[in-house]
Amino acid sequence: MFQRLLESQGAMVRVTIDGQPYEARDGDTVAAALLAAGFDHCRTTPVSGAARSPYCMMGVCFDCLVTIDGTGNRQGCLIRVRDGMRITMQRGKRELGQ
Amino acid sequence: MSAGDLRDHYDVVVVGAGPAGLAAATACARAGVSSVLFDEQASPGGQIYRSITDTPVKNESLLGPDYWEGGRLVAAFVKSGARYVPGATVWSLTPEREIGVSIGGGSRLLSAGRVILATGALERPFPIPGWTLPGVMTAGAGQVLLKSAGLVPRGPTILAGSGPLLWLLAAQYLRAGAKVDALLDSTPAGNRAAALPHLPSFLFSPYFAKGLSLLRSVKRGVRVIDHVTELRAVGDAKMQAVSYRRDDGAEVTLLAASLLLHQGVVPNVNLAMSVGIEHRWDEHQLCWNPVLDAFGRTSVEGIAIAGDGAGIAGAQVAEQRGVLAAIQAIRALAADTTTPDEAAAHSVLRKYTRGRFFLDLLYRPAKQFRQPQGSTIVCRCEEITAQQINDTVALGCPGPNQMKSFLRCGMGPCQGRLCGLTVTELIAEARGVSPQDVGYYRLRPPVKPITVAELAALPKTEAAVKAVVRI
Repeated sequence: MFQRLLESQGAMVRVTIDGQPYEARDGDTVAAALLAAGFDHCRTTPVSGAARSPYCMMGVCFDCLVTIDGTGNRQGCLIRVRDGMRITMQRGKRELGQ
Repeated sequence: MSAGDLRDHYDVVVVGAGPAGLAAATACARAGVSSVLFDEQASPGGQIYRSITDTPVKNESLLGPDYWEGGRLVAAFVKSGARYVPGATVWSLTPEREIGVSIGGGSRLLSAGRVILATGALERPFPIPGWTLPGVMTAGAGQVLLKSAGLVPRGPTILAGSGPLLWLLAAQYLRAGAKVDALLDSTPAGNRAAALPHLPSFLFSPYFAKGLSLLRSVKRGVRVIDHVTELRAVGDAKMQAVSYRRDDGAEVTLLAASLLLHQGVVPNVNLAMSVGIEHRWDEHQLCWNPVLDAFGRTSVEGIAIAGDGAGIAGAQVAEQRGVLAAIQAIRALAADTTTPDEAAAHSVLRKYTRGRFFLDLLYRPAKQFRQPQGSTIVCRCEEITAQQINDTVALGCPGPNQMKSFLRCGMGPCQGRLCGLTVTELIAEARGVSPQDVGYYRLRPPVKPITVAELAALPKTEAAVKAVVRI
């Protein structure tokens, strides 16, 4: 859904998204990296299971919630990617004990 | 920088590194009062000057001169030596000015002699059918992706709504070589007549020439469809098309991969309201504005609000409001210190306030886009529809706080930021009273999520531990 301007290419870092390796531009937020990598959604909701993607990109809508390095419900639009970062999508409700 | 590196007390704590916060923190540092600026983002600038120090967009003409103005502010801020903590989320503030802040996964409490809240604005909710579908985002989000990552939409792109930001984004996309397939303008036809009496002050404002050239440049490169009265995003797992209607005309459907919505910005009230600062409903701007004096002082002693959080007025006004809030704080703390020129701040503020009222009236969003009906989702987090809210009012539910008990509306992770205004307006409309009488969600700390581990690691008094521990 999004593409990078040629002039804005830059150094890349390696991350994993749901266990798969991806490259992300150093300096991008997690939410921007997901969009740049071509993900058309970043989670499914706990209420109905509907797919959602980042909506506001400024920390207010909470639609970009992801699990980062094991911590759930992080706002992907406020956190920058780091080399080795593990990003996991949140699907539906969380089960007890997870 | 970790939470542990902070002092227990600062003379001034500024929250938010947009134009208001940067200007306020700069003035405080220059005056030599101990201060710290907390900002949620990784780099300074707020949203208007987002990524000003590290944007990957190299071509300066692409984002335009107004954006690069932010460089001057940040340079002055850096030179002042002001203490700056990026990646810091302020999650609580008490009337006694005790602040809870989370940095890098660790939290701490500290106190402040004066607090200046510069938490800015957010985009007004735009609840249309399908606005939760992937592929739909705000125009502001599109602009953040451009400024901070050099990303532009790929595939058919539609901008829809009303207000200057929509046009600015269209112009920036065109300059970036990105195609905008249509701009659906939802500005109500009647707004021009309402705004007309205020046209003279707009003509003499700094906004007139810029606005005119912006409209012209966009109209040269984008198909603009005006008087849009109905709008919906269509799709199943993601958006595939946008349907619209003009007045009573037939519905038209356009294929789309991206829909960027905008109908103005409103103050981000969460932190300010959580500390009990009095707000009033603004009938013209259709949002909650804090009750302030000329220096941004609020109903809570020692806490001021500067910037768009004080009422939407744009970046230049925000900066001067930051200066004025700092002047007042510095005088209160160290009466003999030299402060910035108050008259100069007022003069710039007056210049950039002129013409704003015309813009408020011209771009006042249409009722049907503020007060949706039927199965349109209002609360994105809990997936509550307009119909559910109206039905609950019919049961006798008088306000947004009671609505929580019935529907969990506003109780999801966004804490009402994306539904609060809509819920208040829907209830007011259904009850036939004003939004002022209906009120808003009662907001409580933590106003941003923190982990239980962060809370548990905060220092506790012996009495507090005894109150909850059973031996």
